[in-house]
Amino acid sequence: MWRRSAFAGGVTPAPHKAQTRGLPIRQFPFAPLLLVPLLQHAGRPALAVVREGDEVERGALLARADGELSVPVHAPAAGRVRRIALMPSLAGAMVEGIYLEPFAGATQEVRAGVGCKLDRASAVEIVDAIQDAGIVGLGGAAFPTHAKLRLAPGLRVRMLIVNGAECEPYLTTDYRVMIEQAADIVLGMRYLLKACAAEQAVLAVEDGAADAAAGVLDAMPAGVPLSVRTLPARYPQGAEKLLIKALLAAEVPAGGLPIDVGALCINVATVAEIGRLLPHGRGIVERVVTISGPAVRDPGNYRIPLGTPLRFALEQVGMHEALSRVFLGGPMMGQPLASLDVPITKGISGFVAFTPAEQGATAPMWPCIHCGRCVSACPVQLNPCQLGLLARHGEVDTMRERFHLDQCFECGCCAYVCPAHIPLVQEFRAAKAELRRASARSNDGGAR
Amino acid sequence: MNRRRAGLAIAPAPHVHGGTAVPWVMLHVVIALLPVCLFACYVFGLAALAILVVATLSCVLAERLCVRSGVSTLGDGSALVTGLIYGLTLPPALPLWMVAVGGGVAIVIGKCLFGGLGGNAFNPALVGRVFLQAAFPAAMTGCWLAPLTEGRFSALPATTLAWPLLAPVDGSYDILSGATPLGAWKFAGVDTPLVDLVLGFSAGSTGETSAVLLFVGGLYLVMMRVVEWRIPVALLGSVALVSAGLHLHDAARHPDVLTVLCSGGLMIGAWFMATDPVASPLTAAGAWTYGLAIGLLVVLIRAASGQPEGVMYAILLGNAVAPHIDRWLQPRPYGMRGRRR
Repeated sequence: MWRRSAFAGGVTPAPHKAQTRGLPIRQFPFAPLLLVPLLQHAGRPALAVVREGDEVERGALLARADGELSVPVHAPAAGRVRRIALMPSLAGAMVEGIYLEPFAGATQEVRAGVGCKLDRASAVEIVDAIQDAGIVGLGGAAFPTHAKLRLAPGLRVRMLIVNGAECEPYLTTDYRVMIEQAADIVLGMRYLLKACAAEQAVLAVEDGAADAAAGVLDAMPAGVPLSVRTLPARYPQGAEKLLIKALLAAEVPAGGLPIDVGALCINVATVAEIGRLLPHGRGIVERVVTISGPAVRDPGNYRIPLGTPLRFALEQVGMHEALSRVFLGGPMMGQPLASLDVPITKGISGFVAFTPAEQGATAPMWPCIHCGRCVSACPVQLNPCQLGLLARHGEVDTMRERFHLDQCFECGCCAYVCPAHIPLVQEFRAAKAELRRASARSNDGGAR
Repeated sequence: MNRRRAGLAIAPAPHVHGGTAVPWVMLHVVIALLPVCLFACYVFGLAALAILVVATLSCVLAERLCVRSGVSTLGDGSALVTGLIYGLTLPPALPLWMVAVGGGVAIVIGKCLFGGLGGNAFNPALVGRVFLQAAFPAAMTGCWLAPLTEGRFSALPATTLAWPLLAPVDGSYDILSGATPLGAWKFAGVDTPLVDLVLGFSAGSTGETSAVLLFVGGLYLVMMRVVEWRIPVALLGSVALVSAGLHLHDAARHPDVLTVLCSGGLMIGAWFMATDPVASPLTAAGAWTYGLAIGLLVVLIRAASGQPEGVMYAILLGNAVAPHIDRWLQPRPYGMRGRRR
């Protein structure tokens, strides 16, 4: 049955979720060496509190938060700190991190701390507990959750949006978490409602996940102001701004935050983790990751200790010989990987592996025929056609000043629909990078 | 494992594609035009077939010669589409050498000089046709054929095979012509039965006569999301509204709405030429504006000029303002309501 999309633009790629959505979450073993970066979130890196040679329990504090926009890092396994040194990261640069060698026969038991009891804790204490647990947005952005909850004076949350709209193809982590951790989500939601004093909460899911959302609703005790909204499946509905548009028919002002329209948006897996960790005073040491794609022998959802090297993870699930491409996240926005030696961190919700068959590697490119498909598909109503033309002429300043390049969040819809196969979003990324470099240069000049 | 380590392909997201491609777009236009072409050959016989073949070949050949050696742009299919549409807009008994010259002009001046596919400001097929209109006005307004003549499958009209630059046999244009319905109405006050206009059993350009087949082809393109539906809807809608008003005002001078919609080049223009993506606006608001403007121009030229038909000029003028429409009607980005651009 066809239903009208709840926001303008977007695309409907093949979902490819059937392979993994029916499979229960499986626990991963420990890799022989875990790579735990100090920066796994948006903000300032954590400060290490252990030394080389220290022995730690699973869940013990490895690094403490450095200020407001930072979260601590906990030991993903019981083991010995081998080194504190540089390690490879997703972005390509080497970053500071802790090499942790799990003890042989280490258990999955996590050390408990001082619990934060829902009925006794104040709003401020709950927010502090969320920071102490090291919780960040598990949907991908890895923005510290407590920072969203510490509101500037005068701002109020009217609607707490629990984001279960998993719009990227292949990924089913949020779906599995909703199916298997309904009680955790319920508890997490109650913590959050208390912490931000929201009037109501809504769990937003796409068509394919209606059953999971219904399960969460069933587990909710009476009196909690929760409703479920099932939206027609449409990429990139899970993007915060578009979800707000779909649910509230309101737009977050450019340069503003969801709270400007009274909304607070938190990923459903993050909510589940809050409900799972806070009562026991634990820190986050693992997360659910979808590993899927045609090059994976045993696709599914796995609970993986943070810091597990990707290579180890891929060996566990088995790879086809023809593996040619791995990216983190879904195929629409997923970051490509040059190396398999990077660790799984808090913001990684899945990875997908392709064989050459999926690539369409040498697809030719045609000239832009001005068809306007990209303009219709752009969920934030930019003009990718014009932006692409300007990018190819190096007019990056015009792109920003007259065509609002800053508003592009690189969802990739324009490149997905382009019949000329022009790499539009890729050109926009390059243009943004050039603008960043130019602004860095002018700042340098000013300093001298 | 070693082989894999070396073999990871790195490409930025998105890692999947929706699957449309430029040749796919062109292929659908050809599919939508096939019934029209077959019908033209049935109604006008060998003459129509010869026109379509020569028009298509001349466009394809011109494109091949224009692009530097070693590169072929024929694979995108746009020259084929231009050639077919161009052929369908020509009078069926037009001398074939003129067809070939106009085809060359369409591709060389209409497209390649602008930088090839995607660069042209005007619809190339119409550039070819407007050139012929200016260069050979007598032939372009006289080489009509009456529909369904005897012997149309066995012989070509005398004008078709005329030698280049030699005037065809005196008066042969007049011998041939069944006047087009619009010309008959404008100059002689003769009404063509509506059923013939709808089905296409009337004199006219090779592929413009059958309103119903063009409409079906256009619907197919809309359903395949190949063309912007707002353009034909705005264009035909504005023509219908204004014509209805004119007809009510003075039924003796202005034909009724259905006759207006089904006659001349309106249907082929609205569905297949005004919708040329390269020369039409990008946004939904732009498409409405552009269709509306062309529709008003069509009515104006038909009603107030010395010519019976104005679709060609109306679309070319629409093409000329399309970039300006794009500039005026930029989309409003998310979260920027009420802000100055």
